Amino acid sequence: MIINHPLLGPRDSSEFVYLGDANLINRPNWQEDGALEQFVDYGYLRDNIAGVHRELWFHEYGDRSWLVVTRDTVSHEITEVRLASDVAIKEGR
Amino acid sequence: MKYSGFRVIKEALTGHRGWGPAWRSPDPNSEYDYVIIGGGGHGLATAYYLAKEFKQSKIAVLEKGWIGGGNVGRNTTIIRSNYLLDGNEPFYEFSLKLWEGLEKELNYNAMVSQRGILNLIHSDAQRDAFVRRGNAMLLNAADADLLTTEQIKKRYPFLNTDNARFPIKGGLAQHRGGTVRHDAVAWGYARAADSCGVDIIQNCEVTGFKIENGTCLGVETTKGFIKAKTVGACVAGSSSRLMQLAGMRLPIESHVLQAFVSEGLKPLLPGVITFGAGHFYCSQSDKGGLVFGGDIDGYNSYAQRGNLPVVEDVCEGGMAIFPMLGRVRLLRMWGGIMDMSMDGSPIIDKTDISGLYFNGGWCYGGFKATPASGWVYAHLLATKEPHKTARAFRFDRFSKGLMIDEKGMGNQPNLH
Ligand SMILES: Cc1cc2nc3c(=O)[nH]c(=O)nc-3n(C[C@H](O)[C@H](O)[C@H](O)COP(=O)(O)OP(=O)(O)OC[C@H]3O[C@@H](n4cnc5c(N)ncnc54)[C@H](O)[C@@H]3O)c2cc1C
Repeated sequence: MIINHPLLGPRDSSEFVYLGDANLINRPNWQEDGALEQFVDYGYLRDNIAGVHRELWFHEYGDRSWLVVTRDTVSHEITEVRLASDVAIKEGR
Repeated sequence: MKYSGFRVIKEALTGHRGWGPAWRSPDPNSEYDYVIIGGGGHGLATAYYLAKEFKQSKIAVLEKGWIGGGNVGRNTTIIRSNYLLDGNEPFYEFSLKLWEGLEKELNYNAMVSQRGILNLIHSDAQRDAFVRRGNAMLLNAADADLLTTEQIKKRYPFLNTDNARFPIKGGLAQHRGGTVRHDAVAWGYARAADSCGVDIIQNCEVTGFKIENGTCLGVETTKGFIKAKTVGACVAGSSSRLMQLAGMRLPIESHVLQAFVSEGLKPLLPGVITFGAGHFYCSQSDKGGLVFGGDIDGYNSYAQRGNLPVVEDVCEGGMAIFPMLGRVRLLRMWGGIMDMSMDGSPIIDKTDISGLYFNGGWCYGGFKATPASGWVYAHLLATKEPHKTARAFRFDRFSKGLMIDEKGMGNQPNLH
């Protein structure tokens, strides 16, 4: 797979480390009521979608930036790649 | 029909006209006591033990494709019971004991071959860890044998014991481990279950559940609605997709694992060997091909095919310990979808929906578990109580902090 890095252009996926579902950006607030349940959910439960999936990749053998990659888990086709920091700011994190 | 040597000779002399199909292909009834979803090794074994050991009847196995088309026919066929943790080891040892009597039990040649498995040790720290694991195995009545480099050299003279980076410093052997012909396991259980009256329904995909007031009343399928008192999900890599239809999210990610077979070679490798520094495991099939594999690709996938970086990585692992493999050609490779759980261990449990049960999260180690998984799942479905070797495989272990994490990797499925 080739990941089209927003800053560095097309890079081989073997330069990256995979973390998982991009919802991991949305870490729950530990001070909120029900934080314990939210953290169990956050830490352990996944949608595990067959189809279009937003996921976090880390450019370990590159510029060490985190990316949000939109990829189809059935065909492996990548349709969008963005810097995770941009995504997080846009989502108000 | 009972299979025997006598039968083979008789059929050979009479033009092989007496063999019938090994199982029926019935249309589904409108109602069953037990519906098992997924005709892989685990689903078929569950149906068989439900009928045979737990004396239940009106059982159907629903398979969306054909028997043996899933992971049961895609794996690298290794069986062993060399686990460390109390939640796991008694279960896997129970499974190995069932393998030992399986062919007689099923009257089917599954080519169970206890050729032994050897985990190589490359550092002092790794030896400490393997000694501990070996002791845990012995405490659970499994066999374990710590071998020195000299003993290993004698048995496997072709191993590169002096690799500059990863010298071989010994190994942990389990002589009762080995390999089994994977498709024959599916076929053997299918035939034996069928002869106990189980309906095996192929090309029948479950597309939904009928759930009313928190009770599961049956399943929607491509062959219509089927009513059921008890529904047991058992679909390995498709677990999240299936349980989503019942409104459940699982502690599972689906990942692709690749397997490789080389061209046929003369007898070379007497047992199963695993490399301890990278991830590489290898055995030789009776046809002569080296059967090997390594790590999962590492990203969510439902594609049943992997990518080239892992191919390279696996072959590098092989070359590190078997330099003689350098000119062997790869014949075939393929992928299967693993239900990787958050702690690397399986789940066999009831769900919050009455009448609906779940078996999954097998990661890349579920083949060896097939007989015990079937047995303990049948126990759960028939008695509503977990089997004594499977009490730890619960859904709520994640919220209670009771993870069964053999490798101590945490909630990162691609590291297990
Ligand atoms: C490359 C590879 C190597 C492996 N190596 C080993 C090994 O050496 N040792 C080991 O112990 N394990 C190994 N494994 C793991 C092992 O194969 C699996 O954990 C195990 O086979 C899973 O259980 P199963 O046989 O029931 O799964 P499967 O055979 O996958 O059965 C699940 C079935 O469910 C069906 N299904 C899915 N969705 C539906 C639906 N909606 N309706 C009806 N049916 C459905 C599928 O078609 C499939 O046939 C390996 C796996 C792979 C892919």
